[in-house]
Amino acid sequence: MDVLRRSFLTLAAAALLALPAAAQTSITVASTTSTEQSGLFGHLLPAFKVATGIEVKVVALGTGQALDVARRGDADVVFVHDQAAEEKFVADGYGVKRTPVMYNDFVIVGPADDPAKAAGKDTLEALRKIAAAKAPFVSRGDKSGTHAAELRYWQQAGLDLAAIRSDWYREIGQGMGPALNASSAANAYVLTDRATWLAFRNRGQLRILVEGDVRLFNQYGVILVDPKRHPHVKTEAGQRFIDWLISPAGQKTIADYTIGGEQLFFPNAPKG
Amino acid sequence: MSLRVSVAASAIGCAIGIPVGALVAIARFPGRAVVVVVLNALMGLPAVVVGLVVYLALSRSGPLGHLGLLFTPGAMIVAQTVLVTPLVAALTRQIVEDADGELGEQLRAMGLSTLQRARTLVFDVRFSLAVAVLAAFGRAIAEVGAVLVVGGNIAGHTRTMTTAISLETQKGDLPLALALGFVLLAIVIVVNAAAAALRSHAARRYG
Repeated sequence: MDVLRRSFLTLAAAALLALPAAAQTSITVASTTSTEQSGLFGHLLPAFKVATGIEVKVVALGTGQALDVARRGDADVVFVHDQAAEEKFVADGYGVKRTPVMYNDFVIVGPADDPAKAAGKDTLEALRKIAAAKAPFVSRGDKSGTHAAELRYWQQAGLDLAAIRSDWYREIGQGMGPALNASSAANAYVLTDRATWLAFRNRGQLRILVEGDVRLFNQYGVILVDPKRHPHVKTEAGQRFIDWLISPAGQKTIADYTIGGEQLFFPNAPKG
Repeated sequence: MSLRVSVAASAIGCAIGIPVGALVAIARFPGRAVVVVVLNALMGLPAVVVGLVVYLALSRSGPLGHLGLLFTPGAMIVAQTVLVTPLVAALTRQIVEDADGELGEQLRAMGLSTLQRARTLVFDVRFSLAVAVLAAFGRAIAEVGAVLVVGGNIAGHTRTMTTAISLETQKGDLPLALALGFVLLAIVIVVNAAAAALRSHAARRYG
């Protein structure tokens, strides 16, 4: 039974290889591409680990997907930015409580020569001009928080996207980085969070054209997945992560994260 | 991480795929032609589809959710194993069947059972089967769709070379992504060169 025995040995060896390196407390956090791709987690999580010994595994997805993953019970904590969707998540009984943590802002970037003359401080006016000029615009199209915000702005601008969209409006169905890559390649306009933009390297001709509008405020919230719905959720470690994020130490760590001297996220958790 | 997952997946894939492929090659049973077509078709199984199915199966809300495997290296090994097993089985089937054409008559004349013949032939073509093993490893280590979905690309935990390249591309750091690509290519070349050296050494030694 040479073949069988050898098969068994390889199986056993493979099983050994597959064993996790070491058991320690770790939680899974479903979060957004912006927090991951901007490098915030790379700055935040080591500090959290030093403070508590808990390892955080981040699965970076769009906000909509991140909430879906948590709804299925595949994460302990969600850390996302779409207040309406977050409140629905809690109201539907999947999350314990939503706590605001920090904000950054969105900006509209586009080609430096600005063919649609969209530059300024008014988001809605900029979108109207882009639509009127049929200038190329890249949309995330992935149900992320940024995508939800973009759709909200079109609506507030009084534009019916379904009626006016044609070749110039490009839905790519991917994360913020790919959307910026696509815009950079096509010299298109795109709505992005400032953090991902600052960390982004392949800018080409793109510049920030619209910023500083109060509408562009982008709030992040954190939610513990409800253990009543998914009993395996690591409640204690997950809650410690949330408590640390909104503690003075956690908030300071968030504020300390800069790229090229520019602060990316502004902590604003409720005190106490 | 890339190596560990891909080696484990290829090993399990071979442990299952080689016996299955050898038996399909030699045994005669009704529906065999269909099985051969299905095996060959499964070689082209889209990685993302495998990832999605394994994701749904391993999710806490899925049938195997209680194992808690999702977003772990274990899940990645499962997905890649599903991906490479048909590849190994189909290649083994072809190689063993060819060998059977040459030696089958003799073996049958010796009155060996199907299982015994399969064993003899697999042993006989063991060096050619290295190609199947390398193909499995190559597919596993180059693959990004399945491991991204079931592993989650968690830094330092389930991030592989390919998902890291994908992430750096998304961040617009194209030089770093390209550099990682060259490293991955180098690993694949080294593994293949080692396999070739081993094979020629073994061939000389055992003829």
